Amino acid sequence: MPAIGFGTPGAGGTAASVDADITLTVDGEQQRLTVDTRTTLLDTLRERLGNASPKKGCDHGQCGACTVLLDGDRALSCLALAVAHDGAEITTADGLAAGGELHPVQQAFLDRDAFQCGYCTPGQICSAVGVLDEVRRGWPSHASEDLTADPELTHDEVAERMSGNLCRCGAYANIVPAVQQAGGMA
Amino acid sequence: MKPFAFARPADVAEAVRTVAAEPDAVFLGGGTNLVDLLKLGVARPDRVVDVRRLTSREITDTADGGLRIGAAVTNSELAADRRVRERYPVLAQALLAGATGQLRNLATVGGNPLQRTRCVYFTDVSTPCNKREPGTGCSAVGGYTRYHAVLGVDAALPDASAPKTCIATHPSDMAVALAVLDAQVQVLGPGGARTMPFGELHRLPGDDPTRDTVLEHGELITAVDLPPLPAGARSAYRKVRDRASYAFALVSVAAVVADGEVRLALGGVAHKPWRATRAEEVLAGGPVTEHAVRHAMDVELTAAQPQPGIDGGNGFKIPLVTRTVVATVRDLTSEVPA
Repeated sequence: MPAIGFGTPGAGGTAASVDADITLTVDGEQQRLTVDTRTTLLDTLRERLGNASPKKGCDHGQCGACTVLLDGDRALSCLALAVAHDGAEITTADGLAAGGELHPVQQAFLDRDAFQCGYCTPGQICSAVGVLDEVRRGWPSHASEDLTADPELTHDEVAERMSGNLCRCGAYANIVPAVQQAGGMA
Repeated sequence: MKPFAFARPADVAEAVRTVAAEPDAVFLGGGTNLVDLLKLGVARPDRVVDVRRLTSREITDTADGGLRIGAAVTNSELAADRRVRERYPVLAQALLAGATGQLRNLATVGGNPLQRTRCVYFTDVSTPCNKREPGTGCSAVGGYTRYHAVLGVDAALPDASAPKTCIATHPSDMAVALAVLDAQVQVLGPGGARTMPFGELHRLPGDDPTRDTVLEHGELITAVDLPPLPAGARSAYRKVRDRASYAFALVSVAAVVADGEVRLALGGVAHKPWRATRAEEVLAGGPVTEHAVRHAMDVELTAAQPQPGIDGGNGFKIPLVTRTVVATVRDLTSEVPA
């Protein structure tokens, strides 16, 4: 991989902002853009690409509202620098509904009334898509009694795996069944 | 956030040269801690050097029957690896007890041990902190000490105004497991490559609380090696926290029990993952009864210094860590191995 560099360090603390050229594929569309090296993926999506699906809750990796699928895995877009993910493929909750048809997780959230105000919902949905994929791959969790067994989508497993997504309306009681439904349990 | 230049060198050697050449250059791994510290103004580098795609993302079997873990392996990938789940359950459990799925997917094995303390005063640039701003004092002393250290605290120091005082704890769960597993750290620096025992990577605050590890500027962790555990060894990680998920440890215990040997490492109690060597020595060769484990922990904790605080202090950690060790060892010695 060739070396890439943007900018030179400022002398005496007078550093000016530094721009970087990057390419991202967001919800299937390739985007070429120039960003300040300080820009997070979250701000790139929201402020530069007009994709308001990932939300800025805490902006410190504590609430999960900014969760997207980053190269297939769920990740916090607020703690990822855009320049460090040049070339990445990102799917937001907005991009899950291919051709206008809801993703099974989105449909399950509607069926189970798994939200109230909706602010955390796009992050919850991206996280749930990631959880179901991780379970399909056989990844254990802190709630798994047997680390070597294939995990099942029990209440405790879903609650543990979704613990990085806060819902201040407290819709958890319906979010857990929604994730279980989308995973084919219940 | 202070502006910074960004570099993604062609290989690790160039990355090391780039960071070593500038006093205010830093390595970027998964970024889950560094990006937050950039936002908070705690980290103010001139240049950020991305190494996430440069080090190995493979877990390979080693000739001695252990594993070599590339520094770019994510916490998620390591916890899911079948060899880790079967042979080093203490490590898989520690990883899964830390952070959340979204964070573990970003966090890397090379970066995790180098994350900074979550001491609330360290992360709040409006407060004095010897770790962040040397010589300004320690706001944690007499403040909120629930998440702070009881071991490895300089007896002369828990003095809020002393310029060296620091009672912060190391936040990593994985590091506690690596300490008990006698892991080895592969490091590449401007002076070449070196290997060090994981237990020697982290340091006590001593006379320089700004330094969490013994790594020199420009040194990069490239891999972590796990030696094989003795045949029939059993291991576990137990974490006690304020809520059931997604919280840092109040105390945690990593334990390995093998024929005639008990290994213990403690988290949430010190500036570094705390290998309980005194307790291990007391237990060596003798029967591993509950009484013996309690006695061993009493010896280990002789020098413990509970910190008073406006939140009631952290004296509760002394009996709590002993109970957690007793419970962990009991689980490992009482169950019939599969």
